[in-house]
Order: sequence, then structure tokens, then C-alpha cells
Amino acid sequence: MKKLQYERPVIQRLNVGVMNKFGTKTEYAPVTHIDGVSVKGLIGKHGSPLFVISEKTIRQTFKDANRAFKTRYPKVQFAWSYKTNYMNAVCNVFHQEGSWGEVVSGFEYQKALKNGVPGSKIIFNGPDKTETDLRLAINNDSLLHIDHLDELYLIKELAMDMKKKPRVAIRVNMDTGVYPMWDRFGFNYENGQAWDAINKIMLNDCMELVGLHSHIGTFMLAPSAYGVAAAKLSDLALGIRKKYKKNIQYIDMGGGFASKNTLKGSYLQGVDASPNFDQFAEAISTAILNAGFLENELPLLILETGRALIDEAGYLLGTVISNKRLSDGRRATIMDFGVNIMFTSFWYDHKISPAQSFSQYTEDAVLYGPLCMNIDVIRENVTLPPLKRDDHVVVHCVGAYNMTQWMQFISLRPAIVLIDMNEEPHVIRKRETLGSIEGDEVLPNYLKDFKI
Amino acid sequence: MFQLTTHTPLIFQLMQIKRNIALSDSGFIFDPSTGDSFSTNPIGLEIIKMLKEGKANEEVKALIVKQYMTDEATFERDLYDFVNMISKLKLSENDEKEKD
Ligand SMILES: Cc1ncc(COP(=O)(O)O)c(C=O)c1O
Repeated sequence: MKKLQYERPVIQRLNVGVMNKFGTKTEYAPVTHIDGVSVKGLIGKHGSPLFVISEKTIRQTFKDANRAFKTRYPKVQFAWSYKTNYMNAVCNVFHQEGSWGEVVSGFEYQKALKNGVPGSKIIFNGPDKTETDLRLAINNDSLLHIDHLDELYLIKELAMDMKKKPRVAIRVNMDTGVYPMWDRFGFNYENGQAWDAINKIMLNDCMELVGLHSHIGTFMLAPSAYGVAAAKLSDLALGIRKKYKKNIQYIDMGGGFASKNTLKGSYLQGVDASPNFDQFAEAISTAILNAGFLENELPLLILETGRALIDEAGYLLGTVISNKRLSDGRRATIMDFGVNIMFTSFWYDHKISPAQSFSQYTEDAVLYGPLCMNIDVIRENVTLPPLKRDDHVVVHCVGAYNMTQWMQFISLRPAIVLIDMNEEPHVIRKRETLGSIEGDEVLPNYLKDFKI
Repeated sequence: MFQLTTHTPLIFQLMQIKRNIALSDSGFIFDPSTGDSFSTNPIGLEIIKMLKEGKANEEVKALIVKQYMTDEATFERDLYDFVNMISKLKLSENDEKEKD
């Protein structure tokens, strides 16, 4: 007699009429392939856990965003936010789509240059640009976004010393009706700091003020806040036109559009809660178009969108290590990936799908990572079929920030595979080895020997 | 005489499923004494039926291992967990007695 397929017995209470705080049905539909490539095959070849990036999804998402803005505003330029995901392969997909580079450190700046981005198409943001970084960027005619007065004075000194006229913009922070207000970066609009910085630049002939920049927050769910920010930046630009007869070349709205992830504590799934690119584009372009610029003087609109362009293209494949029952009766499943490589599980309830088919029965569970730490929780509540040791799962929407903020802790960081437009997988970052971690360590000679 | 206590692992106890609970073939379970309903998967339903018939855990184990692609160690662990859940959800007579 042929034996039947085994599935662990499960039972759970049905809560009739109570809104389910656990996952939705779609969550436990199995995902066996990503862009036609088998999850099982990928894990078999590259190990578990494994990051997978879909080039198709990146290009589609980019085209969607580009279309949303270009159909509403005549001059649009995206600049890829390196910190969101600076795997060179990912950056170059964006550069192939026409994106400039947006960097916030000397390290990222070097990366963009090495990838082949012309210096004049690199935007240099952030409060921590060293003198060496600035000299290099000035020589390359990059766009320096000034964050504070100390930087403004330093750039002025360097410009005089180097006999160059750096192209600069100022970062402006403002009240957009969204709290908390991000006022630690740049110069404030409401209290006159922004004008003070503008005057300091304009009354001095050693820098050229070419742009105005803002980045109003992160995972913004309100397109209207961007409308307010775009109106305030336009007001500054028109004020500069009036006072100094100088046209500001661009308005840079930064990043921050919400991705399709679900914020922790939100009842709505991110797919339903997050505005789409059209809504953000509508708010921003309407504000600039209505601000009062002459048609031939409309500034270029720059966007440094990060997470909304890459989150959906990234997946994390993982494997079940063990199942447990907690003292309060809840099921706990321990996975082979933790918060060390999925930093964003602190912010989001990531959608997690099994990678093999099951009956339609499910259990509510807590998903833990393998770290020996209490904070290593991947999902506090998730509804999944009865997973067993060695089963695989697919975590969705992990393309932003995980591959840059991951920590090397306890175990080695996984490989990253990019699936190309023809559904061919390519390793774009190898799995770490003991050598790659110890390579930079130095053990003093006198500590080499010991007897135990 | 050796007494079973609540500290005795349930796997060694004879699990008595409440006699009045209703089972449907789709795995829907209704407990008329509390009004609570539950759902279980096909193998879970099969096990509950066996327990309701008064089969001992050892007997359940032998039958399932014979029928399904699993081994004794795996199933024993899963059964232990399942029986614990049944007790936690107050679907066994044992729990009723404890309350008295
Ligand atoms: C200046 C700047 N631009 C762009 C971004 C990208 O933001 P996001 O990934 O939220 O779109 C950030 C991220 O914090 C930023 O600080």
C-alpha cells in the first residue's frame, strides 16, 4: 500500500467575527518559483538563507515610477539612492534605466564613480562629507547638497583654495504636517535658516546655487505632505529668482515614498495602504506647476526614491530549523535567518510564504531567527501552514536596506542572486567565508599561542 | 498507588476527547458546551476520531505511522504537541475534571 503524504496535525480555535490580526490568505499561497526559477533549486545551489533580486521587477517598477512623473511634469530625473541597496549590479540596473547616483558618504561616492556614473551626475548628500570627499567631488563637478553651516564654510574655503566654483544645493527641512518632523538635517524653512543659507551662498561668488533639496521623511503614506514640501521649495526658488534674478535649476524632493510593505501595527496590508507613484507624482507636480514659474523656467524635478523602487524586487529565501511550542500555547518556528540579515523586520510585518504546497490548514505562529537573542523576532504573528524542519519559505519585499544594513553577527552573510530578464540567475555577491571576515583582522604575535 | 497528576506528560495519559463535541468531515469542530469552534487538518481529524473512539496514544501512533510517510520519532513529537493543544483548547474530558 502506498503511504499517504504526511503533514503535522494542527488544530486551532476559530475566532468568528473577530478581525484577524494574523496574515491574509494570500500570504500562505506557496511561492515555489521566482521569475521562473525554482526556490528549491536556488537554495540547493547557493545555500540557505539566500537573497534573490528580480531584475524584471526592478525595471518594471522603475518604468512605472518614471511614467507616473513624466506624464505629469516635463523635466524629471531619478537619482538612485545608494544606501538603499548598493550592490553594484542593482545600481547599474538603475543607471541603465537612466538614473543618476545619490550618495551620502565617501565610500558610496567611490562606488558610484567606479560604476561609471559621471561625477556631474552624482548628488552628494548627508551631514558627513570629509574634506577629502569634498575635494574629490568638487574636482568631479558633482552636486553638493549642503547640510549645515560648517559644511557651507568648508566648501567656501575649498572653492577658494581649489579655484573652482562648486555647484551646490541646500537641504531644506520644513513642516509638512507630518510628525515627527525631520528637522535635524539641513536648514529650516519656517524659521528663516534656509534663507540665511541661501543669502550666504548668493552673496558670495565662490559657489553656484543650482538646486534646492528636501527629504521629508521615511515610508511616507501621505502624498499631500510632498505637495506641501514641493510648494515650499518652489516658493524659495521663486524668491531667489526675485531677489537675485537667478533661476534655480532643480528641485530635489528626496526619497521616502512608502513601499508595498506593511508597517508593524497596521491593520491594512501595505499593498492596500501605500499610495502608488501616480498619487505622489500628482501631489508634487501639481504643486510645482501651480507655483508660478514661467513655462521655460520650470526647474528639473529630481527624485531620490529608494525603497519604493527596490523593496518588491527583493526576496529572502530561508529554511525552517525547528518548531516549538511556547509556554502560552503559541507555535514558534525557528528559521535560519534572523534580524541580523533582515533588519527591516523591526519596521515591517514582512509577507512570508511557504515555498512548497500544503493543505489549506494553517496555524498562527511566531517566527524567530536563529540568533541567541530575545530580539530576534522575524514575525510576531503569522499564519502559515504547518511547516516542518527543512521546509523553505520566501520572505517578500526585502530589497531595500537589508543588503546595506545587514550585520555580520554569529554567522556569515548569505549570497545574493540576481535573476535577469531572461530568467537566468547570476550570483552578484558571494556568500561570505571565514576568510572574508578574518581577512582584515590582525592578531598580535604575542597572542598567537596558548595552552589550555 | 501511582497517581496520574497534571504534571504527568499527556502522552502517557489516556486522552479522553469530550464526548459531545461535533466533528465534520471538513475538519470543523464544534464544542456545544462552550460554543467554541475549531478547525483541524485531515490528519488531525483522523487522530481526534481515534482518540474519541478511546484508542490509546500508542495505538494512534502505530496506525498513523503505518498509513503515512513519517517515522515514529517525528510523529511522536507531533502527536505530543497536538494532544497538548487539544488539552489547552479544553477539548478533553481530563480538563473538565481538573476544573472540578
Ligand atoms: C537624502 C535621502 N534621499 C533619499 C533617501 C531614500 O529614501 P527612501 O528609501 O525612503 O525612498 C534617503 C533615505 O533616508 C535620504 O536620506
